[in-house]
Amino acid sequence: MDNALLVNYEYCFGCHSCEVACKKSHNLPLGEWGIKVQETTPQKLENGRWMWDFVPYITEKCDFCADRVKEGKKPSCVQHCLAFCIEYGTIEEMVKRLGEVKGKCEILIPR
Amino acid sequence: MDIDLSKPYVSGTQDDYVVRSCAWSPPGDHPVGCGVKLHVKDGMLIDVEGDEAHPISQGRLCVRCLDLPEYVHNPQRIIYPMRRVGERGENKWERITWDEAIDEIYEKTKALQEKYGKQTVVVFAGTGREATLYYCPLAFAVFGTPNACFAMSGFACYGPRRSIAYYLFGTGYPEVDFAGYFADRYDHPGYEVPKYIICWGKQPLYSNPDGFPGFSIIDMMKRGSKIISIDPQVTWLAAHSEYHVQLRPGTDAALALAMLNIIINEDLYDHDFVENWCYGFEDLRERVQEYTPERVANICWIDEQLIYDVTYAYAKNHPSAIQWGLAFDQTSTGGQAGQAVLSLMAITGNLDVPGGQTLGPRTVFLGKWRFDTAQYLDEGMFDQVRIGQKYPGFLNAMSTAQPDELLKTLETDEPYPLRMGFFQSSNFLTATCNVAPQRWYKALQKLEFNVVTDLFMTPTAVALADIFLPLASHAEHVGVVTPHFGRNLHFMGAMNKALQVGECKSDIEVCITLGKRFNPDAWPWDTAEEFFDEQLKLAFPFGLDKLQHDITYSPDLTYKKYETGGLRSDGKPGFETTTGKCELKSTIYPLFGEDPLPFYKEPHYSPYSQPELAEEYPLILTTGGRKLTSFHSEHRQLETLREIDMYPVVSINTETAAAHGIQDGDWVCIENMFGHAIEKARVTPLIPERIVHASHGWWYPEQEGAEPNLFGNWKSNINTLLPNSCVSALGFGSIHKDMICKIYRVDSLDEFGPTGGLFEEGRWLYPEYGEEHLNG
Repeated sequence: MDNALLVNYEYCFGCHSCEVACKKSHNLPLGEWGIKVQETTPQKLENGRWMWDFVPYITEKCDFCADRVKEGKKPSCVQHCLAFCIEYGTIEEMVKRLGEVKGKCEILIPR
Repeated sequence: MDIDLSKPYVSGTQDDYVVRSCAWSPPGDHPVGCGVKLHVKDGMLIDVEGDEAHPISQGRLCVRCLDLPEYVHNPQRIIYPMRRVGERGENKWERITWDEAIDEIYEKTKALQEKYGKQTVVVFAGTGREATLYYCPLAFAVFGTPNACFAMSGFACYGPRRSIAYYLFGTGYPEVDFAGYFADRYDHPGYEVPKYIICWGKQPLYSNPDGFPGFSIIDMMKRGSKIISIDPQVTWLAAHSEYHVQLRPGTDAALALAMLNIIINEDLYDHDFVENWCYGFEDLRERVQEYTPERVANICWIDEQLIYDVTYAYAKNHPSAIQWGLAFDQTSTGGQAGQAVLSLMAITGNLDVPGGQTLGPRTVFLGKWRFDTAQYLDEGMFDQVRIGQKYPGFLNAMSTAQPDELLKTLETDEPYPLRMGFFQSSNFLTATCNVAPQRWYKALQKLEFNVVTDLFMTPTAVALADIFLPLASHAEHVGVVTPHFGRNLHFMGAMNKALQVGECKSDIEVCITLGKRFNPDAWPWDTAEEFFDEQLKLAFPFGLDKLQHDITYSPDLTYKKYETGGLRSDGKPGFETTTGKCELKSTIYPLFGEDPLPFYKEPHYSPYSQPELAEEYPLILTTGGRKLTSFHSEHRQLETLREIDMYPVVSINTETAAAHGIQDGDWVCIENMFGHAIEKARVTPLIPERIVHASHGWWYPEQEGAEPNLFGNWKSNINTLLPNSCVSALGFGSIHKDMICKIYRVDSLDEFGPTGGLFEEGRWLYPEYGEEHLNG
């Protein structure tokens, strides 16, 4: 059964907790990430508001924290995100959540 | 050390165990007390995870706690007492024992106090760290000096805001109601989220200010709260707000007065609350007439309509709440802005109601003990000898010396010489809690004997320490976390000890160790556990064992305490002020030479107040925005966090950068008549063309520590651009957020070498633009 992360990046404010939590739980060296936060180029919209977001992506290093999940824990990025804007589950579950969650969303699958 | 496996917060075996605890400091943060699970294996902290059972943080953690093992076991950390060998500044040390260190401190202190008087000792402390609870008792009950000092000009961090609230409302700090008091949080019966939250001069998401957990803003947004951001920059929160007021730095008081103008003139205020619980409303009504939205829009560089929009959003949607931030402490009329914002909270009926502003219970944990330690001072010391007599409004509200006056005393020996410094956990020569650090550096050379307590050899320690005492991190000591430093305690947490590193001690253990030698009557406790157990039992119906067992304590909250007597010491309804009401017009300010009503004045340095200077320095400089990867000057040693934020950053508008030939990533010098600093350019449309924002707190542990380089302390030291004594009539405030500057591209961080002419005679005094000018 394939799994995925759902990121409700409407609320991602760039705290980097997912990056560091992932690095620590996977013992990754400097320069390597399992999940990383990207910043979009700020754009001013016609109504005067700014479109500017932080958007995480995952790399081949991501194994959805298989060891932690076996112990009944959440993946480390999901647990530690200060905005609680990352969810974990099967692809089907995440697609279902996509319809329920408000705001900007992405589903991440490392393949 | 052996861990006590019978304790309820420990699980595992002697060689491999997990301790549940609440985080505070060091390494610093404000007292947020996030729940942590500290995993120790073979005596080493190997992993830190969030504690899902913690009512506030609920399993979340920021990068500083996640990276704690790299801090605790850092090869640069100092874990034994050290004595300086060679000259100050050479960064040469020898290891000594605690007994040797205490003996030497005792003998040298006594000799200096015999020669110059007890008041010759100053105990310095920094901001936010746990040491803030102990520096006054350390000064009063160990050394017998009235001079404890937070060296920040005008105590410009929290102290001004809490003093304003105390003078005008007689309460602790009014905080946004984020259901923090309740164990069941947002589901608590009767609680509702604020309809609008105004984040004003504050970035709670990145600063967790005063123990308010910043991520709660996101929790409330998900539950329907809308945000109004008042900030010169487009922050992430501003970009995700309903309204963003991009005001000119330092004009907050004008904006708040215009909002009051609209609310009063359009009859949008809470008549019942104003009639029954406010004093001075008619005088306030008269005062705000001069602050028309049209005039204020020009002052603030914003659209007039926006002032109406945000005022209506706040005043017509009940309940709503305001987060008032550091900009209220660090701008020219920030104190007046705070006064006006408190009036906004009061007359809209948002005080002490669900989803409005919480007012904490009167009991302040540890507060009585801290104040009572002044009894160990000789007669008259606290009231008449403490430095800062020029500012009775400051001395009346604070237990410390007034810092701007203390700097002058260091320089002039008036009214008496200061000759010993005890630096409790503060690296204030770096651009943290100071202004004019180059001036402090020179003045501090007069001190004949200095003790520094810290975890790393900082620029301050290298420059000044004769004895260095090693501090324990929050994973290594017993303690109690008190959000808002007790002045609006939404919860309390146990800091449980997980491991011992070297011979490090906590702040309170250092106090007890010194106290036993200097003044044993005042320090009867043998351990930190005994101390906290006794202190808890004085304020609560339980002791340390129960708090450690439960990890957290939620005090619950009753609203509208002004109706039930919960805000006054005599138990009567009302507020603890002279008039018994919320004082929109202060009855006490005139005693201190301050206007009883809020007002706006141009910043000390602005294009309008200093037009000639502004020709050379045309940009407005604002500083101090926070990152999650550091706490002020801390965490610079940690590679994992430096990988995210490698260098200090100056944010420059795209057009402004182009006009200066500056590209993103270039090194840029920020300069004015007082000093300069070199930082990396972040070229962005998110900041207005006439404003730049510069990072603070930067030094480079990877560089040479010995003088003159001092870990690069003077290369990116943005506080060298800020002068002393830009304070209010009360003696509060600074201008970290409303200064002027120019910028230009340079080739490298080392463009000017280690000190770059910052110590040229008289540079930081600039008589024609210095204090004399301001006082005139």
